[in-house]
Amino acid sequence: MCLGIPGKIVELYEQGGLKMAKIDFGGVLREACMEAAPDALVGEYAIIHAGFALNILSEEDALETLRLLEELGQLVDELGPEASMRVASNRED
Amino acid sequence: MDVQSFSSAFRDNDIIQGVLKEIRRTVTQPWVIMEICGGQTHAIMHYGLDQLLPPEIELVHGPGCPVCVTPLELIDKALVIAARPEVIFCSYGDMLRVPGSQRDLFSVRAAGGDVRVVYSALDAVKLAQQNPDKQVVFFAIGFETTAPPNAMSVLQAQSLGLKNYSVLVSQVCVPPAMHAILGSPANRVQGFLLAGHVCTVMGYQEYPPLAEQYSVPMAVTGFEPLDLVQGILQVVRMLEKGEVEVQNAYQRAVTAGGNKAAQAIIFKTFQQVDRNWRGIGTIPQSGWGLRPELVEFDAEKRFSVEDIHTAESPLCIAGEILQGLKKPHQCPAFGLQCTPTSPLGAPMVSAEGACSAYYRYARVESN
Amino acid sequence: MLNDKNLPTIEGPVCAVPLRHAEQIVMGHGSGGRMTHDLIEKTFKPFLASDPLAAGNDFAAVLSNNDGQSGGRLAVSTDSHIVTPLFFPGGDIGRLAVCGTVNDISMSGGKALYLTAGFILEEGLRVEVLEQVLASMQAAAAEAGVQIIAGDTKVVERGKADQIFINTAGIGWIPEGRHVGGELAQPGDAVLISGTIGDHGIAVLSARGELGFEAEVQSDVAPLNQLIQAVLAAAPHTHVLRDPTRGGLATTLNEIADQSRVAILLDEAKIPIHPPVRAACEMLGFDALYVANEGKVIVIVPEAEAEAALMAMRSSRYGTEATRIGSVQESPAKRVLMRTLIGGTRVLDMMSGEMLPRIC
Repeated sequence: MCLGIPGKIVELYEQGGLKMAKIDFGGVLREACMEAAPDALVGEYAIIHAGFALNILSEEDALETLRLLEELGQLVDELGPEASMRVASNRED
Repeated sequence: MDVQSFSSAFRDNDIIQGVLKEIRRTVTQPWVIMEICGGQTHAIMHYGLDQLLPPEIELVHGPGCPVCVTPLELIDKALVIAARPEVIFCSYGDMLRVPGSQRDLFSVRAAGGDVRVVYSALDAVKLAQQNPDKQVVFFAIGFETTAPPNAMSVLQAQSLGLKNYSVLVSQVCVPPAMHAILGSPANRVQGFLLAGHVCTVMGYQEYPPLAEQYSVPMAVTGFEPLDLVQGILQVVRMLEKGEVEVQNAYQRAVTAGGNKAAQAIIFKTFQQVDRNWRGIGTIPQSGWGLRPELVEFDAEKRFSVEDIHTAESPLCIAGEILQGLKKPHQCPAFGLQCTPTSPLGAPMVSAEGACSAYYRYARVESN
Repeated sequence: MLNDKNLPTIEGPVCAVPLRHAEQIVMGHGSGGRMTHDLIEKTFKPFLASDPLAAGNDFAAVLSNNDGQSGGRLAVSTDSHIVTPLFFPGGDIGRLAVCGTVNDISMSGGKALYLTAGFILEEGLRVEVLEQVLASMQAAAAEAGVQIIAGDTKVVERGKADQIFINTAGIGWIPEGRHVGGELAQPGDAVLISGTIGDHGIAVLSARGELGFEAEVQSDVAPLNQLIQAVLAAAPHTHVLRDPTRGGLATTLNEIADQSRVAILLDEAKIPIHPPVRAACEMLGFDALYVANEGKVIVIVPEAEAEAALMAMRSSRYGTEATRIGSVQESPAKRVLMRTLIGGTRVLDMMSGEMLPRIC
């Protein structure tokens, strides 16, 4: 039920009484409804599902997640399992 | 990050192998983990992820496919409505192949019905504006993820004053389905991957009571292979430590409270109702239907559909499959009377339905 | 009857009046009489010029092969083309018709020589549209170095055809000693592709407009005969040539695996896909492996000749992105498997039914 992919907001406008945006998926453009993300700005990224923006993606969280998981893999090799479990549980969930 | 990196970074093989290693290091005993999102089932099969997990971990696919759980009676109603000459019947692509008691939307189209695939519910509203002499009916299926766009179409039709737009609603919700699965005496599920985009919309505050009631740790999980292994790692860690929590393994897209604007759109349009889940039965308060003030947009009321003889195939055990109680190859009709080209039930039709997935793999293993 | 200036007029429906310069195709154009004759002379012949067509007979008498060789076999193929819209980024139905059949013949390992072209025209079709299609066919035939030597045209009532349907048949000559076919793949062979996949299908889908997206994607429709001749010169023991058209790369490889009773193993990381094609497929929930191509060829060749075949493709106009994507194995027989980006294994089945956008 969940085919939603990231897209970049390249234009914001109104149509048929609704907030809409032109979304760039990387060489593919399509419009999406922005009523659930009314404060979105051009240049931000959104998750688009069936022509509808579900949320704005947090680039900060994305980079943080990648960094932690990457470290996890490296520590497993260097220090052994104990250290990696301690590091990862430092994250506030 | 640019838009392509958002996806490709979460497919980085080196990082994924590192997390897989950590999973293997962590696991000490068998665990049964369920995911309840068709999109996650699809991703797991697409990448062959379950083959890379240690043998102790058994991934079970739940009823996370709205196509699979839409009741047979509703599909039969859809087929009757779609065949009417004044109707343009619009649907997401997933639904076209699902068999009703006798035929599917493809065969209705072949017989002259105006059946159209749309990518977005709002496209169906546009069709209604462009075809004032026709009745446009939209098949509004989905979990919570799809509720905002489906709802938006009704609200827009209302604000445009359209009299020729209506929706056939089959909205279902995840938490009641999880209650039904985890509460069943035959339940084997010990850990849960929560549907990432359902939680993008709704948040994950509904789940801690569930986790506590059934002692089942859960992780909100995304859809890229790195997201999936991260979710599995977090659940496995909790299982090994005996912790029961709901953790967020999809932080870039999900917050605890979810998207309030999206929820407002949903609750302006829908209210809780009992829903019949194909193969499982009626689960109370497990779905959404149109609010009373929007009943004029309800296709079931607009088109009185009588004389429907709904007959599920007696051979199909989709219910037990969808609840993770049986595997497809344990079905007596599997691969014989029931194949992807002549399916008896929805899990054999849908691209990520458990039965169609098994059909392809089972033939390889038997070679 | 006479009007008020004493000049003859024609009032009301009488016998069909031949229109001198028609802007639209009408039923009379298909009746075989003067209107048909005029259409052929004034619209078709200027574009599809060849000696046999100029001779004006109902048949074409041509030399059996162009190289004066003895031995060898005729290669014959036929295809019908019904694409909507008629014009799409990178091509049109005319180019598709010529290239499709030139390519089918070339997949035999033979040299494409002649094409026939039969047209079914819908009443109401604008003649200038027909002329654009014919001009495109002329250009494609010239590029491919083939001649269109026989043709036919019929007209059907409005609504009975989607503007233009084109059938082309092709004739080619396979030199003696050359054997290429889907049943000849051997364990140990290399599986190569001449370039990126999924471009044509996505270009046409975006041009149709029903799903509301724009894509920086062009159809790859192209004549591959010259590329294939170069491959066969460099790798004379090539076993299989096939173009992955409808059903895409995965379906076509399944056909070959089935015919040859072998297994084909692909490496997902090696399969070339243009980023906008990938993005469109992800947005819609499509798998690029099942999207149609109209200017690509799968080459299955003994390992010893794989490098030579690749170099020949990369030096060719339509093969610059050619690459190795997998290999042939003995088992599991008749299966196509793919090693995924993360090291798992996925079975690639034939495509079943239409590919539709999904929300799941």
